[in-house]
Amino acid sequence: MGLLSDPNRRRALTSLVTRLNTPLCVLCYLVGVSWFMGLAFEPFMLRTYMSENAMGSTMVEEKFVFGERAISYTREFAGQKKKTGGMPVDWLVKTMKSRGLEVYTQSFSQTLPFPDEVKERYMVRGTNVYGILRAPRGPRTESIVLSAPCSEGNNNNQAVGLLLAIASYFRSQIYWAKDIIFLVNEHDLIGTEAWLEAYHDVNMTGLRSSPMQGRAGAIQAALSLELSSDVITSMDVALEGLNGQLPNLDLVNLFYAFCQKTGVLCTIQGKLQRNDWDTLPGYTHSLSTMLLMVLKQGSGHPQGDHGLFLRYHIEAVTMRGINSFRQYKFDMTTVGKLIEGMFRKLNNLLERFHQSYFFYLMPSLTRFVSIGYYMPAFGFLALILVLRALDLWVQLSDPARALEDGVSEGEQDSSPSLLSLATPVIICHLTGLALYFLPVLSQEMAIQHFPVSETEAVVLTAIAIYVAGLALPHNTHRVLSGAGTERGWRSLKLFSLLYLAVLLGCTTLINFSLGFILAVTMIPVAAFIQPHRSSKVLHGVALILVSPATTLLLSIYLYHELIEYPVSLLECWQHFLTAVSQGILDHHLYGSLLYPLLALFIYPCWLQFWNIVFWK
Amino acid sequence: MAARRLLSWYLTVFTLLCLFCYRITVATDEIEVCTSRFWFNYRHVANTLSVYRSVKRLGIPDSHIVLMLADDMACNHRNPKPATVFSHKNMELNVYGDDVEVDYRGYEVTVENFLRVLTGRLPPSTPRSKRLLSDDRSNILIYMTAWWNFYNVILRLLFGQRKLKQLIGENLSSKPIASWNITISVEKRYNELLFIIDTCQGASMYERFYSPNVMALASSQIGEDSLSHQPDLAIGVHLMDRYTFYLLEFLEDIHPASQANMNDLFKVCPKSLCVSTPGHRIDLFQRNPRSVLITDFFGSVRKVEITTETVKLIPNITEKNEKLTEEVMLTEPQKYVQQMPVAEIIHQSIQMCWTQHSNANGHYQKWSQPFKIKYD
Repeated sequence: MGLLSDPNRRRALTSLVTRLNTPLCVLCYLVGVSWFMGLAFEPFMLRTYMSENAMGSTMVEEKFVFGERAISYTREFAGQKKKTGGMPVDWLVKTMKSRGLEVYTQSFSQTLPFPDEVKERYMVRGTNVYGILRAPRGPRTESIVLSAPCSEGNNNNQAVGLLLAIASYFRSQIYWAKDIIFLVNEHDLIGTEAWLEAYHDVNMTGLRSSPMQGRAGAIQAALSLELSSDVITSMDVALEGLNGQLPNLDLVNLFYAFCQKTGVLCTIQGKLQRNDWDTLPGYTHSLSTMLLMVLKQGSGHPQGDHGLFLRYHIEAVTMRGINSFRQYKFDMTTVGKLIEGMFRKLNNLLERFHQSYFFYLMPSLTRFVSIGYYMPAFGFLALILVLRALDLWVQLSDPARALEDGVSEGEQDSSPSLLSLATPVIICHLTGLALYFLPVLSQEMAIQHFPVSETEAVVLTAIAIYVAGLALPHNTHRVLSGAGTERGWRSLKLFSLLYLAVLLGCTTLINFSLGFILAVTMIPVAAFIQPHRSSKVLHGVALILVSPATTLLLSIYLYHELIEYPVSLLECWQHFLTAVSQGILDHHLYGSLLYPLLALFIYPCWLQFWNIVFWK
Repeated sequence: MAARRLLSWYLTVFTLLCLFCYRITVATDEIEVCTSRFWFNYRHVANTLSVYRSVKRLGIPDSHIVLMLADDMACNHRNPKPATVFSHKNMELNVYGDDVEVDYRGYEVTVENFLRVLTGRLPPSTPRSKRLLSDDRSNILIYMTAWWNFYNVILRLLFGQRKLKQLIGENLSSKPIASWNITISVEKRYNELLFIIDTCQGASMYERFYSPNVMALASSQIGEDSLSHQPDLAIGVHLMDRYTFYLLEFLEDIHPASQANMNDLFKVCPKSLCVSTPGHRIDLFQRNPRSVLITDFFGSVRKVEITTETVKLIPNITEKNEKLTEEVMLTEPQKYVQQMPVAEIIHQSIQMCWTQHSNANGHYQKWSQPFKIKYD
């Protein structure tokens, strides 16, 4: 007979599962975590390679020599920006027209749900200026974008200057097969979102914008430039986009290849590469680079203007010029050559990037970990939930076993009614809904009663609802009959474990980092909690330590440790409050899914476990 | 009269001479195929065009060449020098030239078209430039370059292998193989055939040939890759493949009266230059390669033999000529009717201009003198 249909064998298997459950779970957890740590170890990684055949091996000799012109444009732009107090639209239009581009403007306006204290804006009104360089002999069906943000103060002036110099140089060449769009966007991410939505004729975030006058066909790739100094010491590349989406690895390889060719120092996550992988400092260096990428990807916040392009299947990266205290500096001409080389390669593309990986982790610029290598780490963690659920199922189907461990009630346990099981679940989800809707909706009321600003009102309301949810389990129990039994909490725990497994599995498929961070913290505690009277406090504290809010707090702390800028507890708390408000704003402005996921699914699931701890 | 009779007689003889000469000379036909598309396969098109150029220089006319190019590199949007295809870096040699004639272009380069050209089974509406007009006295040169998947397909169909595996991109498995197995030698469409292929694992192409009078050359053995030669930093692609580069250098030294033979061709591109090992196959060829001239395949030598004998073909022709000349004599000499008094119209218009402008400026008078047009 078969393995599972033979009663003897089945009994043997189930007894194995129940007897060895705890050791197996511990083993799985250790294997999962060490697998993840081992990903940063160099012999386990693959070297990056160019997968796209069209961007072959030969490189063109770059001929860009107009660094001085870029600097003069920078000075003019800075002066005009100061004069107009915002984006100098007329000057930009005039300059681009004189360089031979087709220039168009787009004005947009957006009202934030509550004022943004980090960037100090509430009702945003702005204009994007973009010039299209038409391919001299090509059909107008494809295009590439080079964008530079127009920021406040003295930031990113050089980026716009270099963009204009490159535009005038590109205009005199005849080998362009695609149109090139030079975009200068105002209010960074909001402007980019407005431009993209108008270009693709969609309206996802409630932006109001003027109609798009000029188009250049489907966008194949985009490069966003951020330069704030005349000379740089290194170029940093930012990959992570909205909701943890990453650009195609080929684009990153392209950037690295051209950095090698022009001799520019390139970094990822602000860290240089090291060659000593077999020493401990070398290993911790690549591990910290990978952890930084995991934290940034998990936050779901776009790390540059490029992050919003990815949603439209346009591969994009942001290149940041960094001016540190190194001695060797690179001037504008070199950066211009770098961009020219990349654009000539992008010009050779026949289709969108699709050959290389879309899901990967990068411990360094030359090494990557693909999805096939990092998924087993999460797989082992999810296995813990499955093992625990199996154990509970066995206990539930065999009442005699359940009474062996734990306190024996001495009464006949009837299977809990559906109502007693569904009630905590529904109440937890209602709390989640309140956490999602109430903070933004009730900010008016909160301002009237308390002396706080709108942002603070929203954040404090969210925290208040979060904490109020903790008080719930003490009330729901007493009301219903059939609650408070052994079978009751076991069924609830079984359901919650499976629910958590499905949630984390789905999250990991889309955003591995977010799923893994939540898994590493929540799964061990979720697997082991039980409503024992003696250890209630211990279990409660353990559960609070892994709640989503605490995970966020600890992640912020870890992030600051990794970028070598440690923060004290108070500063960490400030950052935490900012992160909550930014998360809500991201959701309303760009459609980020972190806040809804946490509020509507993860938090209710966690509350269900909280319910279990206080079952008796 | 007498002059006309003499002229017609010369015409007859000359025609006959030409016919006679065509009988002696062996015509050479040529098929050049490049099947790679996309800008990064620039070098395959440059290969094919450089062989085309050499062959034209040695005398084969376009009417005897079937050139198949699967993509247009000269007018590609990415070409920084439009209308040119270079084979040497620093843009020394433009192989595209002014008079290139591509017969099959773009998506017309398919397995089916190639087979139809070789076997001659084209629809009646096919223009003559797209046909291979060979007979049983023609030597055919086939030059192929690009990626080897394409050729794997065709040559197994034509020259060998009865069983056919599923092809990449072409579905021919349902057709009975026998219908394709009629080789062109059965239909007597060639006298001798030289087959050159520049691709990876080229030797696998000719190892299954079994038709008589076929000589084959390949740029690499089985398991070897055929490599590209030199990139150009201004254009941004590799310009040529190694084997064809050295083949082109070799052919540049050949002139129509050259006595170089096939053994010299086999020595082109040794392993030290080519990295891959070129191979050749001569067992199916009846003549000794040493006695086969390069110009037998690469050039077309038209010899004119002058003879002082007259050859009478059909006796009636001369009598008909005499009758025609007599009829011509009887009619009156004809001349054209004066259609339009053009000279007078011009004269009048110039006079009018002269009267209008003479008041404005004195120096206009020189220009407005009437032209005298003579109609004699």
